[in-house]
Amino acid sequence: MNLIVDAIAWILDPAHYGGPNGIGVRLIEHLWISVVSLVIAGAIAIPAGFLIGHTGTGRAAAVLVSGGVRALPTLGLISILGLSIGIGVQAPIIAFVVLAIPSMLAGAYAGFEAIDRRIVDSARSVGMTEWQIVGRVELPLGLPLLIGGIRSATLQVIATATLAAYISGGGLGSFIFLGLRTNDYTQMLAGSILVIALAIAFEGAFSALQRLVVPAGVRAGQRTKVRSGSPRSAAEAE
Amino acid sequence: MIEFRSVTKRFPGGTVAVDDFNLVLPSRKTTVLVGSSGSGKTTLLRMINRMVDLTSGTIEIDGEDTSALEPVALRRRIGYVMQNSGLLPHFTVIENVATVPVLNGVPRKRAFSDALALLDTVGLERSLADRYPSQLSGGQQQRVGVARGLAADPNILLMDEPFGAVDPIVRDELQQELIRLQRELDKTVVFVTHDIDEAFLIGDQVVILEQGGRIAQVGSPSEIMADPASDFVSSFIGADRGKRALSIRHTERGAVLVDGFGRAAGVLVEGVAVASVAVESEESTSS
Repeated sequence: MNLIVDAIAWILDPAHYGGPNGIGVRLIEHLWISVVSLVIAGAIAIPAGFLIGHTGTGRAAAVLVSGGVRALPTLGLISILGLSIGIGVQAPIIAFVVLAIPSMLAGAYAGFEAIDRRIVDSARSVGMTEWQIVGRVELPLGLPLLIGGIRSATLQVIATATLAAYISGGGLGSFIFLGLRTNDYTQMLAGSILVIALAIAFEGAFSALQRLVVPAGVRAGQRTKVRSGSPRSAAEAE
Repeated sequence: MIEFRSVTKRFPGGTVAVDDFNLVLPSRKTTVLVGSSGSGKTTLLRMINRMVDLTSGTIEIDGEDTSALEPVALRRRIGYVMQNSGLLPHFTVIENVATVPVLNGVPRKRAFSDALALLDTVGLERSLADRYPSQLSGGQQQRVGVARGLAADPNILLMDEPFGAVDPIVRDELQQELIRLQRELDKTVVFVTHDIDEAFLIGDQVVILEQGGRIAQVGSPSEIMADPASDFVSSFIGADRGKRALSIRHTERGAVLVDGFGRAAGVLVEGVAVASVAVESEESTSS
C-alpha cells in the first residue's frame, strides 16, 4: 500500500515533469509511438478487411494469418528486429503494427459480414456501384464493429508500447526499465500506473465513440439476419 | 417490351435454373411469373436487370440487348421492389425513396420533394418521411419499397414477391393499391410470385413455370382458367378441385354458382363487366 502511495507521490512530483526524461516527454513519446503504429496498422488492415468483408472471400486466409501473427511474442519480435535494424523507435513500431493488425482486420471484415445480405443485394439492385455500396451502406453499418476492432488494437498497443523502452525507443516504459535497472520500484510502479491510466482513458473514449457511431435507424430497430458462419462479435471478443 | 431469347442460366454448381427460355413481355402490361420454388422465376426476374448474368441467350429491352449495357446504368432505369422491402436501415424513409435520383445526380432538395409526392402516390402519410424503416409496419415498409422503385420514373418495374411477407389483410390492400397504381402509371411490370391467386389478380399476362424455368402456359388469366394447357397447369391453378371449379346449380330462387366443395360461391350476373377493365373482370372471377 505504501508503495502505491509512493508511486502516486512520484507521479505528482513536479520535479519529474521537466527534461528529456520527464513524464511530459515520455507521455508524448508513448502516444506518438502508439498512434503511428495504429495508423500504419489501420492503413494496412482496414482496407484489407473491407475487401474481405465486401467480397466474402479470403476470410479463411485472414483468420489463418491473424492467428499466426497473434502467436508472435512482441518482445521477441522487437529483439529480432532490433538486432537487424538497430535500436531506436523503428523496431518497436514494426512490432506494434504486427500486434495491432489482427484486431483491426477482424473488426473491419466482421463489421461488413454482420450486415444483412438482403440489404447489400437491394443496394446493388437499385443501381449502386460497388464503391457506393461500400461507402454508403457497408461502411456506416459496419462502423460499430470496426471501431470495436480499433478499440482493442489501441488497448493492446498502448499497453505493449512500454516495450519500446527495452531498446531505447522511449515512452512511458522508460520509467519501468529504468526502475528495474536501479531497483527503484516506486518509479517502476509509477510508470505502470501511467500506462494503465492512459489505456483506461482511451478505452473510455472508444466505448463512447462505439455507441455514438451506431446509425440511428439501426439503434431504433432490431438486429437482422447475417451471412451464415459470420463471426459477428469476433472483433468484440478480442 | 422485354424479350427473352433462348435464355439459359447454369449456376457454377452445375444446376440449370433456366434452359432455353423464350418469352415476350408486352409494354405497359403486368406480366406475372408464377411457379413454386425451383421454377427459376426469381432468376428470370433478376436476369432482366443483370443482377444475374446469362449463361447464353439474350434479353432485349425495347430492342436493346441488355448485355451491351452497363449493369449499374441499367439497374438505375429499372425499378426494383423486393420481399421484405430491402430498405436501407440507416436511411430515413425519404432518403430511401430518393436513393436512385440522388445517385443519378438529381439535387437533394428536388429529389426529396419528388419523394414526398411519391409517398402520396403509394398512400403513405408525409409525416412518415423522417422515420426509419424499423419504425414502420411491414405493410408501410413495402409501400416505401414501391415508392423507391418508382422514384426514378422507370418504364419497367420488377417486383420479386413484394407482398410475400405481409399478413393476408395487408396483402389484399397492397394488391389493390398496385392495381390502382398500374392503372395510373402504366408501367411494364414484371411480378414474381408463388401465389396463383395473386398472379390472376394482378397479371395481364400470366406465365406458369414448371421446374427449371419451363413454361407450362402463357396467357391471360381467363385464357388459362378456361383452357389449362396441361394437367400440371390445371392442378397448379386448382381448376380440378376446390374453389375454382365452379358449376351452376339451379335453385327455386334462381341460378347459383357453387364451388368444388358444393358451397355457394356467387351468382351469375349477365350483361355486366364485359366492357370494363380487364383487371376488374379477373378480380371477380378469382375471388
